[in-house]
Amino acid sequence: MTFKTIALSLAAFAGFGLASASHAADMHIQVISSTCMSCHGPGGKSLGAIPSIAGLDKDYFVKQMKDFKSGARQGTIMKRHAAGYTDAEYEAMGAYFASLK
Amino acid sequence: MTLNRRDFLKVSGAGAAVALTGCATQSAPTVAKANPHVVVVGAGFGGATCAKYLRKWGPNIQVTLVEPNDKFVSCPMSNWVLGGMKTMDDITHGYDNLPKHGIKMVKDYVVGVDTSNRVLKLKSGATLNYDRLVLAPGVEIMTDFVKGFKEAEAAGKVVHAWKAGPQTALLRKQLEAMPDGGVFVMSVPAAPYRCPPGPYERACLVANYFKKAKPKSKIILLDGNPDVASKPALFKGVWNDQYKGMIDYRPNNLPFAVDGNSMVVSTEFDDVKGDVLNVVPRQKAGQVCELAGVRNDSNGIWCAVNLATFESTTVPGVHIIGDSVLSNLPKSGHMATNMAKVCAAAIVELFAGRQPDPIPVVANTCYSAVSDSQSGYVANVFRFDKEKGYVSQPEGGATAKGDDLNFAYNESWAQNIWAEVLG
Repeated sequence: MTFKTIALSLAAFAGFGLASASHAADMHIQVISSTCMSCHGPGGKSLGAIPSIAGLDKDYFVKQMKDFKSGARQGTIMKRHAAGYTDAEYEAMGAYFASLK
Repeated sequence: MTLNRRDFLKVSGAGAAVALTGCATQSAPTVAKANPHVVVVGAGFGGATCAKYLRKWGPNIQVTLVEPNDKFVSCPMSNWVLGGMKTMDDITHGYDNLPKHGIKMVKDYVVGVDTSNRVLKLKSGATLNYDRLVLAPGVEIMTDFVKGFKEAEAAGKVVHAWKAGPQTALLRKQLEAMPDGGVFVMSVPAAPYRCPPGPYERACLVANYFKKAKPKSKIILLDGNPDVASKPALFKGVWNDQYKGMIDYRPNNLPFAVDGNSMVVSTEFDDVKGDVLNVVPRQKAGQVCELAGVRNDSNGIWCAVNLATFESTTVPGVHIIGDSVLSNLPKSGHMATNMAKVCAAAIVELFAGRQPDPIPVVANTCYSAVSDSQSGYVANVFRFDKEKGYVSQPEGGATAKGDDLNFAYNESWAQNIWAEVLG
């Protein structure tokens, strides 16, 4: 199946037009990424002990989220957050934070 | 940002299953305007954040933020002031940065809302037209529910200090003036109320202060709930350990009256005498919600909203965020900021004639200090489901013990969220 076929079937399934499905996915990721900033600081730049997440490498970000979820990385609060998101969201959030300088 | 092709597919695929059940918003279509106007009422955690993100995601949107106070005084961390760990200055911040985002600040108080014609009336006599209205007033304290409270409050003898500000400073002074061996009586309203762990954190930090400054003193905690309403293991743990013998916890003890002259709080079981009384009455959605006709749950207390857009279930064009909302989401400043982001995004989409995200996700993070060096937390992610509302995800929950790392994060959280809201 080509990208176009999959995207078209998804768009029809979700009730979004093809262009608006892309836009909707983009907004979803911007909103869930912005919720991280309530702890990690505006734009993902922390002013104190909580680590900054702006500009992190995408693959590193995704691995940390997976490791928090699995328990491979012992953190404090992040296991509870990581478990609430999908792998697809980890990838998209990772791309978003990698784009922030 | 732009998503790459793979990300887009995966994310929109995740959304598809839920969106299949139908359009998540009931909002009336908005007449398309080049520069629609949103008025946000209340520049607290929810309102200021919503105003900022409306400008960020909808640069064509005009945003006016109405706030009667000159400065923001943070409820989170105000217990640290009561415990002598922070000053009022530390928790007080200006609104100077908000206009830099293109937000028009109006220092005024809303006295009327005409939701048919979409006009706000302000105390100054001015009016404001809006295309969409966001109400973020926080809670109104129902002082009538505790007999004698209003008189005692007016006389400066008994405060709730459940809105950070002059009452916080006054309660701190009362605690400082209390003699060693004195009794501090505090009450907790029946849930739901603003900041579920707040009363228990307050008891801990006052106990921490007493332990150092006046160790013979005691705390009586009268709880309207059957048990500690948030982080029970964390709080009961320290009460039985480092504050052993200092805190007399009495569940199912809702005060119905207070006397500021005899300094007595009355429950149906006892008349409890204290040297400093801190009675926290029950709460409801802020008064502006009543003016807008959106305090519409069955008791006229909270505001029922479409939880994907935070638009009122009964009054089109009026969105409510933060503590005033009827939902299973905790009434915390942190949650208000994240409701604000979902609401801002939904408004941007509605103005553009697009369907708002049918599967928004919000997260809550709440640290509580149990001493001047240790904190614990509760954290949950909530995913929206059209049938079930916000569903708390696995692994959400609270710590059973406080520690110094979380104390550092607690302080860092405050600095970061203040910057996120007001910076």
